[in-house]
Amino acid sequence: MSGAAKGDPVIEVRDLVKRYGGVEAVAGLDLTVNKGEVFGLLGPNGSGKTTMILILLGLTEPSEGEVRVTGLDPLRQPLAVKRAVGYLPDSVGFYDTMTARENLRYTARLAGLDTAEADARIDNALERVRLSDVAEKNVAGFSHGMRQRLGVAEVLVKDCPIAILDEPTNGLDPQSTTELLDLIRRLRDDGRTVLLSSHLLSLVQSICDRVALINHGRIGLTGSVDELRSRVLGGSYTIEVEAENVDIKTATAAIPGVAGFADLTPGHVRIRATADIRADVARHIVERGGRLTRIAMHQPSLDDVYQRYFEDQRTVEGQRAFKGASHAA
Amino acid sequence: MQREGSPWTGLWAVAAKEAADHLTSARMKIVLGLVILTAIGAAYGSAGQLKETVGSDPFLFLRLFTTAREPLPSFAGFLGFLLPLVAITLAFDAINGEYQRRTMSRVLSQPIYRDALLAGKFLGGLVVLTICVITLWLLVTGVGILSLGLPPSGEEVARGIAFLVVSVAYSAIWLGIALLFSTWFRSTATAALAALALWLLFTVFWQMLAPLVAGALAPVDPLDPMTALTQYNLQHDLMRISPTTLYGEMLTGILHPSTRALGLLFRSQMEGALMGAPLPLDQSLLIIWPDFSGLVAGIVLVFTLAYVSFQRQEVRA
Ligand SMILES: Nc1ncnc2c1ncn2[C@@H]1O[C@H](COP(=O)(O)OP(=O)(O)O)[C@@H](O)[C@H]1O
Ligand SMILES: [Mg+2]
Repeated sequence: MSGAAKGDPVIEVRDLVKRYGGVEAVAGLDLTVNKGEVFGLLGPNGSGKTTMILILLGLTEPSEGEVRVTGLDPLRQPLAVKRAVGYLPDSVGFYDTMTARENLRYTARLAGLDTAEADARIDNALERVRLSDVAEKNVAGFSHGMRQRLGVAEVLVKDCPIAILDEPTNGLDPQSTTELLDLIRRLRDDGRTVLLSSHLLSLVQSICDRVALINHGRIGLTGSVDELRSRVLGGSYTIEVEAENVDIKTATAAIPGVAGFADLTPGHVRIRATADIRADVARHIVERGGRLTRIAMHQPSLDDVYQRYFEDQRTVEGQRAFKGASHAA
Repeated sequence: MQREGSPWTGLWAVAAKEAADHLTSARMKIVLGLVILTAIGAAYGSAGQLKETVGSDPFLFLRLFTTAREPLPSFAGFLGFLLPLVAITLAFDAINGEYQRRTMSRVLSQPIYRDALLAGKFLGGLVVLTICVITLWLLVTGVGILSLGLPPSGEEVARGIAFLVVSVAYSAIWLGIALLFSTWFRSTATAALAALALWLLFTVFWQMLAPLVAGALAPVDPLDPMTALTQYNLQHDLMRISPTTLYGEMLTGILHPSTRALGLLFRSQMEGALMGAPLPLDQSLLIIWPDFSGLVAGIVLVFTLAYVSFQRQEVRA
């Protein structure tokens, strides 16, 4: 690969549009993924994630716009792009009558690896996704989680600078999900750039350096999870306090950053704040002779951000539609 | 637009995998078992018949292929009927099966073009069909040597090789048809049914339909003998739409060395000919040449249609 330094853009998408008939599956999308980061593409089903990924791989032609993967145009140099990218499709499938190893061998041959090199890499990859024991078993008996891991093994065998994973945790049980997220982290630790798509937000927020919220073929917001949180929710935190021998409200009202209260019981208060002010809250209560029994902060997850963001979108759109209708009337 | 790299990268990897898959698949074992059993049966039948009837035919060995013992058809007749079935078995789920197993996007995300996948599948099937046809030919030859007690002559071996080439071409067009249906229909069952329907149409019903259609399109005027000729020619052309007809004609030309023409023969063409005298091999090949070209053109057409349809397909299932 080119000697791009960490932080250089490896995937660039400009004004991308893809129409199916009259429907815009991707409607003017801009995106930059930098070298060495884990980038999350988050959006509900049908928002255009898979379509964009297929365009990145040169498997679908864009209607408009420009795409560059490691500086290459997937339309004109599809083979070079496909050599640079390892791809795990959503609901990945394998040849059931072949063993796990045979399946990997086949794609390794398609990728142009020679047999000895491929075999060494396959052993390594299977070890890493913990499928060595079943390497010689037919894939027919594999669970969904095992297939997904085998898909990751294939990406490892291909050993590309970029890994694109489409809905990698879709349909997995919690334990398999954790395992897969671990594997993805290790992909990044090897120095790969990872682009993954998902509609499962809370899972992805734990591994993504940056996230783009996508809906109706458009990117709504891009940034780190923290940035998105403060931009959408205005940096709101909820701090739960339990204390005895003190009026929590009066004790903490003067702290800068407190935005409001909701009390549940006399000794149990929820403080809305614009920053993490747990230390201040504790100090103020203790200084007034209170006995602090519990203090906990509830940070809004990306789910909340996401829900809030698209709720707003929907309201705006609803209003627009309503205005349009009344205008016509 | 100029594409970088060769469209054939990965072709052999695909072909080798497909061939290996076919040779180990249960469905192929069943169909091949059926074909080999009938082939041996037919060959023994004709060998028995030959021992009873023919004395000093110079091409006794070739008779093995074409002699029928009632109620069984000849070996050649069996092949015309069953080779398409083998080819359809190989390819009816070639492309749609990849979508169904959800392997298509994984395979196409490797650095290959779609050309390589389609052509590789065709090539892999062709290799298996060739192996299959050669096996059958060797079996019949073996049965012949055992039961007739004499080896084939040099000319008979040469004609046997021509028979192999023609049989592979005939299987190839059915392979192409099945491949085409596997790109047209997303359901493998639909593709298989469509291919089998065409198989029945061409191998069984076409011989009955062609005369009817020709009769309707070009009725014979009893006062004008030329109309009879017109009708016959039309019927012959219609029959030749079916690959099975072409195959049958070609086998006649190759395996009956005395065949002078495929279709009607006029007295002028027989001028100076010894009735029943065998033609040299190159003359026989010349006779079947138009049919063979037609068959190859058909293969190219069918494959091109499959190619165009596959190139434009969405990769997601
Ligand atoms: N082949 C196609 N023909 C017509 N519409 C399609 C096709 N593929 C996808 N779409 C539409 O494009 C939109 C985006 O789909 P997709 O990219 O699969 O979304 P996601 O992966 O985010 O769930 C959907 O509304 C879908 O209906
Ligand atoms: Mg999708």
